[in-house]
Amino acid sequence: MLRQTKYLSKHYDVQDGHRLSVYERDGGYQQAKRALQMDRQALVDDMKAANIRGRGGAGFAMGVKWSFMPWPPKPDRPHYLVINADEGEPGTFKDRTLMEKAPHLVIEGCIIGCFGIGAHAAYIYVRDELHLSKERLWGAIEEARAKGYLGKKPFGIDYPVEVYVHTGAGAYICGEETSLLNSLEGKRGEPRLKPPFPAQYGAFGMPTTVNNLETIAAVPIALEMGGDAFSKLSDLHNIKDGGCRLYGVSGHVNKPGVFEACVGLTLRELVYDLGGGVKHGELLGVIPGGSSCPIIRPDDVVDAPDPKSPLHPWHGKSALDVPMGVDTYRALGTMLGTCCAIVLSDKVDPILAFHNLMRFYRHESCGQCTPCREGSAWIFRILDRMVAGQATLEELDRLHEIADNIMGNTICAFGEGTAMPALGFLRKFRKEMEQSIRTKGKSSTGVLAP
Amino acid sequence: MTSFALSPERELEFEKILSRYPNRQAACIPVLHLCQEQHGWVSDEVIQWVADRLGLSSAHVKGVVTFYTLFNQQPVGKHQVWVCRTLSCALAGSDRILHHCEKRLGIHAGETTKDGKVTLRTAECLASCGTAPMMQVDKIYHEDLTIEQVDAILDRLTR
Ligand SMILES: Cc1cc2nc3c(=O)[nH]c(=O)nc-3n(C[C@H](O)[C@H](O)[C@H](O)COP(=O)(O)O)c2cc1C
Ligand code: SF4
Ligand code: FES
Repeated sequence: MLRQTKYLSKHYDVQDGHRLSVYERDGGYQQAKRALQMDRQALVDDMKAANIRGRGGAGFAMGVKWSFMPWPPKPDRPHYLVINADEGEPGTFKDRTLMEKAPHLVIEGCIIGCFGIGAHAAYIYVRDELHLSKERLWGAIEEARAKGYLGKKPFGIDYPVEVYVHTGAGAYICGEETSLLNSLEGKRGEPRLKPPFPAQYGAFGMPTTVNNLETIAAVPIALEMGGDAFSKLSDLHNIKDGGCRLYGVSGHVNKPGVFEACVGLTLRELVYDLGGGVKHGELLGVIPGGSSCPIIRPDDVVDAPDPKSPLHPWHGKSALDVPMGVDTYRALGTMLGTCCAIVLSDKVDPILAFHNLMRFYRHESCGQCTPCREGSAWIFRILDRMVAGQATLEELDRLHEIADNIMGNTICAFGEGTAMPALGFLRKFRKEMEQSIRTKGKSSTGVLAP
Repeated sequence: MTSFALSPERELEFEKILSRYPNRQAACIPVLHLCQEQHGWVSDEVIQWVADRLGLSSAHVKGVVTFYTLFNQQPVGKHQVWVCRTLSCALAGSDRILHHCEKRLGIHAGETTKDGKVTLRTAECLASCGTAPMMQVDKIYHEDLTIEQVDAILDRLTR
């Protein structure tokens, strides 16, 4: 259900909202100060109760992730908090708004996060192109340090915390957490095999928690409210998907943008109520949470007769009316991802949209694994031929095989992130593709931007 | 030793960068950015300098430079223009923006104008999808672009 909130975005429209004076006027840094005096276990328990599901795409429970850190920290094995602000998933533009407009919320979250996982240093990994974001984060760090909220004794409490901004250099794959860690260490950003997981062997070989930037920004809010109360903001509290979060919508809507709402918003509400409805015609499909999430069509109907399915309450209804949650969307056969949707109107040629995305994945594969490197290139080549009206029906079937062969056969989830949306397009637009092949491309509109 | 050297102000910044990490290798990417900011691109001399100063092999630094798209491995124009062409921007007409830039500048994406003023490139999603189409010019984002705005921007760059 649509319930807009103003916690993360409290200062988005406020003059100088990114400055410490404004942030503090509204109670900023009180939670960091309180957290540093809490019992660590109590803090982690409260964050578990908040049911903050990772906002970076995979939706893992943040509090549970914190609890994976070895305890107590060993003096020769310092812990690190690493914040993922690589924001590279096509269609995603939410973390940037926090960095630009609420940098102190991020820094406060980092202080609490450091304490929660036993770290004394946090690195915020920001993609290089986001110059204003980096500037705002550094500015907030300087302001906080000048006030004594960072450094050797934050708020006069004997728990040193430093926060640094680290920058990438243009590689989508560095958003994958182990690739990001290699990049932070000054190496090529190639993903690492897991296990070992970052909690055992992360940044600089030390125990590390990687949290998305929006995930960590939710922490001061959840702590102020109390974990359980925060979780209950959500319609999906019972299935451990709590709180409020940022939703983005771009593409063919009248009012694209980033909106904050309680978890449990539906795609229909995001597109029509927040996004102002579809422009350039009727709805063809929505890519719900960044380009790696399989597309949803408005005529998709929920098929969940089993009362145990998280989707059962919406059995027989349109997929657009299912609350956007980590588990509900997984059960739908897609993914919640970053909650930033891309809307396609029916003037769009779905083959061209598919082609555009697969070009992206071919370009961004790091090349370590053969199925990903060769598969992404092969998919793109066939789509190139399809767009030119030269593909055959055998090649259409080949696309399925190539995508299937990527699934489960790669070092990192980029492979699935390529194969799943490909399979999604293939399933949902099979008819259109067959027809395009039969007519040598004449049945396609050839339009992406009406 | 190499012929490259950082300016005194950048030397200070170099020390600041080093102080943030538990080892010198971690400074590699930020220091390469610092060098490129001064030199415009990452030459073999720059690679050798970074390797010497951070105690790394030049092969390691070269490996890093070739992995990341934002390190220029050749000299580039005075201004960098990147047109995003990923899906949200494509849905908003980034193709038209790119073609217009190519026509106006008389070059293809990936090339630099003869007078060395502008290098034009395509970019993948720059986290500006809600304000598509967009392009980045040096460190600045230009969003919700129209052809007229592109013209005004290019006028300024090529003047
Ligand atoms: C190819 C790929 C790209 C990713 N890009 C990002 C990204 O840009 N930002 C992000 O926060 N997480 C990204 N992730 C997810 C991270 O690996 C990781 O799950 C996340 O940072 C954990 O934080 P969270 O649990 O708070 O979401 C990416 C994953 C993959 C496989
Ligand atoms: S799956 Fe792709 S991106 Fe991930 S490690 Fe393998 S080749 Fe690299
Ligand atoms: S698609 Fe162009 S900024 Fe995201």
